[in-house]
Amino acid sequence: MALATPGADVSAAAPKYETVIGLEVHAQLLTRSKMFCGCPTTFGARPNTQTCPVCLGMPGSLPVVNRRAVEFGIRTALAFGCRINDACRFARKHYYYPDMPKNYQISQYEEPLAENGALEIEAEGGTRTIGIQRLHLEEDVGKLLHEGTLETAQASLVDFNRSGVPLMETVSRPELRSPEEAATYLKAFRAVLIFLGVCDGNMEEGSLRCDANISIRPHGSTTLGTKVEIKNLNSFRNVQRALEFEERRQAQALDAGERIVQETRLWEADRGYTRSMRSKEFAHDYRYFPEPDLVPLQIDRRWVEEIKGSLPELPRAWRRRAVAQYGLPPYDAEVLTQSRALVDYYEAALHEWSPAAGAGAERPKILSNWIMSELLRVLPGDDERAIGASPIPPARLVGLLQLIENATISGKIAKDVFQKMFDTGDDARTIVERDGLTQVADEGALGQVIESVMAANPKAIEDYRRGKKEAKGALVGQVMKATRGKANPALVNRLLEDKLSQT
Amino acid sequence: MTHRPIHELTEAYRRGDLTPTAAAEDYLARIGALDGKIGAYLTVVRDQALAAARESEARWSAGSPRGPLDGAPIAVKDVLCTAGVRTTCGSKMLERFVPPYDATTVERLRAAGAVILGKTNLDEFAMGSSTEHSAYHPTRNPWDLTRVPGGSSGGSAAAVAGGLAAGAYGSDTGGSIRQPAAFCGVVGMKPTYGRVSRYGLVALASSLDQIGPFAQDVTDAAHLLAAVAGHDPLDATSIEAPVPDYAAELPKGVAGLTLGMPDEYFPDGMDPEVERAVRAAIDVLKGLGAKIERVSLPTTPHALAAYYVILPAEASSNLARYDGVKYGLRVAGRDLIDMESRTRSAGFGAEVKRRIMLGTYVLSAGYYDAYYGKAQSVRTLVRREFAAAFAKVDLIVAPTTPNVPFKHGEKQDPLSMYLNDVFTIPGNLSGIPGVSVPCGFSAAGLPIGLQVLGRPLDEARVLRAAYAYEQATSWRSRRPELT
Repeated sequence: MALATPGADVSAAAPKYETVIGLEVHAQLLTRSKMFCGCPTTFGARPNTQTCPVCLGMPGSLPVVNRRAVEFGIRTALAFGCRINDACRFARKHYYYPDMPKNYQISQYEEPLAENGALEIEAEGGTRTIGIQRLHLEEDVGKLLHEGTLETAQASLVDFNRSGVPLMETVSRPELRSPEEAATYLKAFRAVLIFLGVCDGNMEEGSLRCDANISIRPHGSTTLGTKVEIKNLNSFRNVQRALEFEERRQAQALDAGERIVQETRLWEADRGYTRSMRSKEFAHDYRYFPEPDLVPLQIDRRWVEEIKGSLPELPRAWRRRAVAQYGLPPYDAEVLTQSRALVDYYEAALHEWSPAAGAGAERPKILSNWIMSELLRVLPGDDERAIGASPIPPARLVGLLQLIENATISGKIAKDVFQKMFDTGDDARTIVERDGLTQVADEGALGQVIESVMAANPKAIEDYRRGKKEAKGALVGQVMKATRGKANPALVNRLLEDKLSQT
Repeated sequence: MTHRPIHELTEAYRRGDLTPTAAAEDYLARIGALDGKIGAYLTVVRDQALAAARESEARWSAGSPRGPLDGAPIAVKDVLCTAGVRTTCGSKMLERFVPPYDATTVERLRAAGAVILGKTNLDEFAMGSSTEHSAYHPTRNPWDLTRVPGGSSGGSAAAVAGGLAAGAYGSDTGGSIRQPAAFCGVVGMKPTYGRVSRYGLVALASSLDQIGPFAQDVTDAAHLLAAVAGHDPLDATSIEAPVPDYAAELPKGVAGLTLGMPDEYFPDGMDPEVERAVRAAIDVLKGLGAKIERVSLPTTPHALAAYYVILPAEASSNLARYDGVKYGLRVAGRDLIDMESRTRSAGFGAEVKRRIMLGTYVLSAGYYDAYYGKAQSVRTLVRREFAAAFAKVDLIVAPTTPNVPFKHGEKQDPLSMYLNDVFTIPGNLSGIPGVSVPCGFSAAGLPIGLQVLGRPLDEARVLRAAYAYEQATSWRSRRPELT
């Protein structure tokens, strides 16, 4: 096994070789019950409490297809523009592993649910369309818990709660050209699943898992190099890092005149390298054959049309609309579409703030700034759970932003108020009043109001300068009006005198 | 009383001449006295049986029995899961396996008020045609204890023939109900694939397995089938079609029906006594008004070969789960792979290992098309040939087996054992229903079976023909002498 030199320049491989990457993504579907039985799919339950004869692979038990899982598969396939096959079939994939109770996995092989779709991603140099070869359904396996490390464990325990949870496998075509692009694909892919509501996209808990196939070839070559499969990529960062490592390792091997071995390698995130798991010579012969316990699925076209009609606006469409309609920068739109809940939050807030069309052209951007820099800073995540539990719902955030907009508080003070809102769960106005922030004690903010009042009342200034001192009272009144009476009158008087005396 | 069919027992319950408890006690006593010789049972559930009988008795005395099986003392093959009662499949692998659930068939039998006496013996994991290859003990044919009862459901067939159960259930993958029924001189029916739920039937070959009854006469067979037939949401391959009142259809006779006699089921060299008895039976049906026509099923000789590719393929997959990790036998080893390999070496018998190896081979990369793919093509041909034949005839009549029961230890070569199922296998490959009904005895007093095959879901007509034949003859009055 050739190990790349630590710290070698990643870009060193770029000029000489072209990188070819394809991703296989496994997504746990958000169905209430498992793929082939009625057991619940809740994550984190006590071991072996969500099992039955079917997902334990008991003798005599039989699988029955979860209709909802098929619907989720079709939803996703439609979102990627795949062809939904009229008939598809499940197949048994055989290998021995103690977390798999039947020692075969019910999956799909020659006749998958859907084929030939695509996902558009924003890559360096513009939009790229990455082909999706196939999408199929299968069942998840259980989990092994070792006493100590795998190498030293005297015993291992099996938790079958996850056994039988519906998985959707989607295989991209080998059309990704860099590790960065692979990470971008995975992000965009995840966002689509989240928008569709078919997967929670949680990579840490394993709801979304990714394997990558990577090969390199001399620039201009049309044949593919020998590919290596990398497993254990449980974050966007790891996908990119592992592929960068592998790209480098393969380039160094080729440069040294070695040949790339077709094999499966495991990414060691802590150590920053991939290591060989098994070579092709020891590859499993899965002995696929059609699952005799299930009849082929006939997909009803009307059902597909029904599902098509219920598809939500997808991330890409939303981003386009947000850029065109709200004037959001593409970057902001991209960040917001990492989560359906985030987009919903954004939309709700914007609606709250701008009931009338055309009002406040800068509001969409102000809002996305606050969400990206403040809200996402304090929340534990951007998923539905985190957003839903936020102590600052959209209307409250808008309440705070309105206080800035009408100059009740400055943007600087507003950040403190935001933190207090998060900590206490109170609304902005309550905090501002309770903490005596109601008066505009901020000279800078007040100064701005005064300047705009002065600019709008040239005649009063002229009168004052001509010695008509009572004209100042009218200006103070205007400032108080502009601040809805919340400015400190003494401060207004002093600031106004200062400004009137500067000519 | 132990040789009275279920419909006579329940008639006696109704009249008050007999109680289900008394019937169950009689059967249990007879099992205690005779099963040491026959070896029909692997497990007898005395207390459960008596408890169920008492409940049935209460219903009968209240005048509210649940139907024609209420209080019927029956047995089930030990491949049907029974909650809380060990289900061994005749294998050391599952010697201590106690399922937490009832098979749908068992659940429906309990709901019908049947009294389950115990679990019957079989060739290990239903692989065999003689019930010699149970990991526990062989079963003997009640008509001649030196001979086999057939298999793999030999325990159920011998129990009904020997008066150790009033009726029984088995599973038929390549003839495992019909062949032992013929060997033991009882009625045995394999319904259409999908007619009876397979949920809880420990799988041999999932695309071929089907549960069905053993009975003392055709009337009982009709009741026993009706009680367990019908769609089950837990079995995706079970058919959603209404279950006819089979018993009500029985008296309609065979007049006007066309019965096909396939040339390939009367090959040169078959046992002349079997041929004579079956031809005579067909003449009886002709005399009852049926029209007899010759039909040809030319793929029949290839069916056996296709079967012995498909069956091991599916079996090797179905048996992969027995690895010592979750249930059943575990033999300790150095590491996981060593443990699994020792467990499977110790837990499976020779025939099971042979079929696992065959099945693993035919599904391997590079061999799949040549074996499994080809076998599936043959299967399609067999199915088409039956469909073409059934376009011309209503039913097919043929021998159930090419020979009479053989002696224990007589067939050492696996191939000669496999050949025993040559007339029953095509029915499984095509999924059609078939029944074996007693049609005489050899000179040595060994039973012979007539097989009636029908169109998919046409069990009613299959049973009707069997019933017409049975009513016109008196074979069922003969009983083996056991003391």
